Amino acid sequence: MDTGTIQNIENEIVDEFSVFDEWMDKYEYIIEMGKTLPHLDEKYKTEEKKVAGCQSQVWLNSKFENGKVIFEADSDAIITKGLIGLLIRVLSNQTPEDIINAKLEFIDKIGMKDHLSMNRANGLTAMIKRMKSDANEFILNQHAN
Amino acid sequence: MNKENEILKQTSSVPKNGIIENKDVLNGNNISSKFDVEKIRRDFPILKIKVHGKPLVYFDNAATTQKPQHVLDELNKYYNEYNSNVHRGVHYLSEKATGAFEEARKKIKTFLNAKSTSEIIFTRGTTEAINLVAASYGYENIKEGDEIIISTLEHHSNIVPWQMLCERKNAKLKIIPLNEYDELVIEEYEKLFSNKTKLVAVAHTSNTLGTINPVKKIIEIAHSRNVPVLIDGAQAVQHTKVDVQDLDCDFFAFSGHKIYGPTGIGALYGKENLLDKMPPYQGGGEMIRHVRFEKTIYNDLPYKFEAGTPDIAGSIGLGAALDYVNEIGLNIIAEYEKEILIYATNEFKKIDGLRIIGNARNKASVISFLVGNIHPYDTGTILDQMGIAIRTGHHCTEPLMRYLKIPGTARASFAFYNTKEEIDLLVKGILKVKKMFE
Repeated sequence: MDTGTIQNIENEIVDEFSVFDEWMDKYEYIIEMGKTLPHLDEKYKTEEKKVAGCQSQVWLNSKFENGKVIFEADSDAIITKGLIGLLIRVLSNQTPEDIINAKLEFIDKIGMKDHLSMNRANGLTAMIKRMKSDANEFILNQHAN
Repeated sequence: MNKENEILKQTSSVPKNGIIENKDVLNGNNISSKFDVEKIRRDFPILKIKVHGKPLVYFDNAATTQKPQHVLDELNKYYNEYNSNVHRGVHYLSEKATGAFEEARKKIKTFLNAKSTSEIIFTRGTTEAINLVAASYGYENIKEGDEIIISTLEHHSNIVPWQMLCERKNAKLKIIPLNEYDELVIEEYEKLFSNKTKLVAVAHTSNTLGTINPVKKIIEIAHSRNVPVLIDGAQAVQHTKVDVQDLDCDFFAFSGHKIYGPTGIGALYGKENLLDKMPPYQGGGEMIRHVRFEKTIYNDLPYKFEAGTPDIAGSIGLGAALDYVNEIGLNIIAEYEKEILIYATNEFKKIDGLRIIGNARNKASVISFLVGNIHPYDTGTILDQMGIAIRTGHHCTEPLMRYLKIPGTARASFAFYNTKEEIDLLVKGILKVKKMFE
């Protein structure tokens, strides 16, 4: 897991991508990201954990530990998985408030804004929404206790 | 005319696992020598654009087609020179607009070989046309316990309106199964009939598989049992001549934007005696003869089903598109597309691990495929970066995907402005996709 603020990690990622001129290199890097994503336990690949609104199947599991939200995820589309890997790098192990407030400008900066568009029935937009909403749940539960 | 039919017959069977030698195609006379595809491409301005810095390779024609300059010019001309509301004005512009609008209706009538313009109703497209029949004919004629037959390969637009109707009326949907060639099983279809069957609704051609259904036979079988048939023609009219009298279908729906016309316009053909008895779909201006608070008298056909100001520009654009297609000739288009389909199919079969989804013996120029275990979304994303536009996903045929037990497909659908060179680029792209993901 990356340590550091969301902004720091985003900057790191933008730096890493800045060496790529060719789209193919970028995508190959993203594919690699997907391969290094920690394995999501099969027990979390349920309908309930599925992120709705995607062409590929995307599952997200969230845990709350020591005031931080930990995310785990998987997808059956490799590019989606890679992008999820990047999101998890940025948003996992952060406080719920930081997660909810994250603007995630890095996505545009690395040239992946297309994957955010409403047009693309992909995991990314729905994923971000789910991650923020899960983070919010942890805040609400805290207040309830 | 007969010679062309002969040629088409010879090329209509594609061996399941074999590769067709070019000499089998059109008796060795290459259609592309008769058909100047480069000249045709110049008619379509959008084909010049670059996508991600690469020339556009547009293989998503089953989703929507590109528009020839002629259609664009006519749309422009309408708004520049004679835009006006139709059917009610006494002034010059309204006369001209009305004339053009009704002329477009006439063009559709001729195109489909309908008996009368009373049988041609303008709609927003195929989906609205089917909803119209479900809401009007369906609502009036389907009772509790009745049955409607559709098929496994239907598009959602030819499933959901019937589901909604069945829910309202407590009626039942019955589904025609597919065989191992992804064709409808006619023997099983016959078995689905009961004395409760009130309607059959079936696609002419599958948007996902390319399968061309034996609609004439399907209609004969239904009619022998006094059951009317609606044909979803969204993927038919751009590929082949449709003669609604010859088919004897009771309803036929198609979309303008899939036959090189603008979006937002389409038509429903219905037999006059059926349409006559059907209650109106939407109420409002245009579809009435007299309005009184006590009782309103509805207008004659086809206007009874055209409430509100129609898409006048759209209808004129559609008329222009039909003119353009007729100018080339649907027979020529069909021959060329067949050649393209055979070429692409053969090239695809050479790719190790590529699985073609949809192996009907009679197909339109649509190829759904999967590359090994690579998710179609991944395939489509990489191809997009190379300027190649295909469609990925379930193609609005989710029940079909579940039946085939696949999450979706990558789909390349060809039009008569696509070339073999473009197919070569697609093949190259697929090989690159393989390299990146395997």
